[in-house]
Amino acid sequence: MPSLDDEAGLPVDPDIELGTGDPPAAVTKRSREHHSQVAIVVAVGIGGACGAVARYAVSLGIPTATAGFPWSTFVINVTGSAFLGLLLVVLVEQFPRGRLTRPIVGTGVIGAYTTFSTFEIDAVNLVRAGHPTTAVIYVTASVIAGLVAVWAGMTGARALLQIERQLQEDM
Amino acid sequence: MRLLLFVAVASGGLVGAPSRYLVDRAITNRFDSDLPWGTFTINMTGSLLFGILTGLSLGHHLPAIPKALLATGFCGAYTTFSTFTYETVRLIEDGQLGEAAGNVMGSVVIGLAAAAAGVAMGLAI
Repeated sequence: MPSLDDEAGLPVDPDIELGTGDPPAAVTKRSREHHSQVAIVVAVGIGGACGAVARYAVSLGIPTATAGFPWSTFVINVTGSAFLGLLLVVLVEQFPRGRLTRPIVGTGVIGAYTTFSTFEIDAVNLVRAGHPTTAVIYVTASVIAGLVAVWAGMTGARALLQIERQLQEDM
Repeated sequence: MRLLLFVAVASGGLVGAPSRYLVDRAITNRFDSDLPWGTFTINMTGSLLFGILTGLSLGHHLPAIPKALLATGFCGAYTTFSTFTYETVRLIEDGQLGEAAGNVMGSVVIGLAAAAAGVAMGLAI
């Protein structure tokens, strides 16, 4: 991955907060865009490592009995859906120009915290263990609760932003 | 051992989440569609890979560290449930109820088929 400044010949830290301060004149528009892409990928990676570790910790904290209802994945996916709904409304309405918050928190942390593959494997394992009814209940409950959680997160965030606007108008 | 497992999960997440970001961008830039094909592709391929790893684990006893790295870390972070539910709610809010239902049914059913096929492949290896 070429990360050398064209003229200065010095390595450029891809992790710098872009868009703050004046870039050196030698940095072309093209290389600025490239560095911005690298910064976002690195940000998503750091967020992803945190989200995956949080998911693993929660899964250890909510042990699931063999062939029992997979409560840990269920709780992870429903809480993560609520957080994402809340976060994306707040980010879009309050900080439309923030560049790294959505990649770090939304795509990275919450995206990696929740998981679709474990959800599907949980269901397959339940069927393989001879509990197809639990599998159907688990899949249906996860999807419905996940959709309601996103909606509740978005609706809650919009309500909070509305209250905040009213308070500011009243002052 | 416990610490090593956490490091393995973190390392998998460090690679899995940016992989999702790059695959999603590559697909959504290429196809002009209201349906979230990027997340769909990610969740299907990730479920297949997680299935293969589960099959390998059942048939050949995959050691704990590579399982934590590849399954819990990489596949877990590469696939995402929250983006799937968020994009579905956005379709519902836009009045595209058929697309929303299709996204849910297609993702869940094809994902289950991919995961089951992966388990069978892993067991057969």
